[in-house]
Amino acid sequence: MLKEVRLLLYKEFLLESRQKQSINGLILYLISTIFVCKMCFRSLPEPSAWNALFWIILLFASINASSKSFMQDSRARFVYMYTMASPQAIILAKISYNTILLIVLSLIGFVVYIILLGGNPIQNMPLFLTDVLLGSMGFSAVLTSMSAIAARTNNSFTLMAILSFPLLLPLIMTVVKISKNAIDGLDPSISYKYLVVLFGLNLISGALSYLLFPYLWKD
Amino acid sequence: MNIKKNWWKAITCVLLFYTVIEGFLGAVPARDILNETIRNLYFHVPMWFGMMTLLFISVIYGIKHLHNGAMRSDLIAREAAHTGVIMGVLGLITGSLWARYTWGTWWTQDTKLNGAAITMLIYFAYFILRGSVEDEQKRARLSAVYSIFAFVMMIVFVMILPRMEDSLHPGNGGNPAFSKYDLDSKMRLVFYPAVLGWVLLGVWIMSVRIRIASISEALLNHSDTHPTS
Repeated sequence: MLKEVRLLLYKEFLLESRQKQSINGLILYLISTIFVCKMCFRSLPEPSAWNALFWIILLFASINASSKSFMQDSRARFVYMYTMASPQAIILAKISYNTILLIVLSLIGFVVYIILLGGNPIQNMPLFLTDVLLGSMGFSAVLTSMSAIAARTNNSFTLMAILSFPLLLPLIMTVVKISKNAIDGLDPSISYKYLVVLFGLNLISGALSYLLFPYLWKD
Repeated sequence: MNIKKNWWKAITCVLLFYTVIEGFLGAVPARDILNETIRNLYFHVPMWFGMMTLLFISVIYGIKHLHNGAMRSDLIAREAAHTGVIMGVLGLITGSLWARYTWGTWWTQDTKLNGAAITMLIYFAYFILRGSVEDEQKRARLSAVYSIFAFVMMIVFVMILPRMEDSLHPGNGGNPAFSKYDLDSKMRLVFYPAVLGWVLLGVWIMSVRIRIASISEALLNHSDTHPTS
């Protein structure tokens, strides 16, 4: 099982390294969005607006990044892969790959965001990074499953967004709360209970993806 | 009419007449701000109970469908979700009316209200998902998976998040729920029958919808096999 997951993960990275335009496209998408925000807002002195905008940008970038996780595979490759690997291994590999992708995207986004939108207001950096890490995990668990559903329909891009938004809301509200605490430099003990909730949400969405994915791929 | 099969419909009628008559004419404790709006307890709260019951039925039949692949389960899941959303919209409207007269606004930023809105968003997305897949089996499976995923996340949202933040809603953040006002338990005498009545009404509407849907499906299949008739 673990070996299968590792091989599939390796396959994802190999594919990505051979089609660099796709990851470069995502990064450019992120940078352009931040630049548009910069041109519209000019500056964002209010920390809660700074925080909310950062996560909304990441939300859209994440949906865009994960939506292709099942759409890019051609029909023939799909069938071939599913005869070779178990569905559980496939979903675990896709989730891990998307998690890494989202972490990389959010870190790049964070740096560009700080540079373009004036200064780094964060007082508790380790907490903020933990938040980004756990948030990316949760996003990828939900979004990977939704992309598996959306890829099977004939309306996939709209569906990807409308299916994911309501399911991501609990996650994003918790994530925003924690990063707001990190910006304000509140005592970490206040954030522990939110971190526990975030971890729990990740666990639930991961478990649901793991359990339900086998029903999604058989035709 | 088969008495053995339909007794619960008679009970539904009796309970709802009792709810409406007692709910509008019966005595309620007079309280500041709430005044007569406390009667909304007999309508707004039971509608949410009805919605949750129906959505729960929908998820159960979704799981059943994934388990046995029967199209009948998918039909029940769909109609239960439809009826649940109707109940939810009614709950939203009654809640909004109540908020207008007690909080002074139709809608406000509050975790309980957001939970309700998200539930609606999830189920509208569910219907759009159903509309976007042509193959019947695939549609049934995809929407069952989504409804299970969404229902669990919704429960998490409705149950956990309000406990993390303060809320204006009665029963949260130090705001008393009706049990505090209802010292002589008179309201309970109407409230519990009202819950049962509205839930049963929802199930009744659902069962009628299921019958209509299965008849129209049968008619469709019939006209496919006998194109001239």
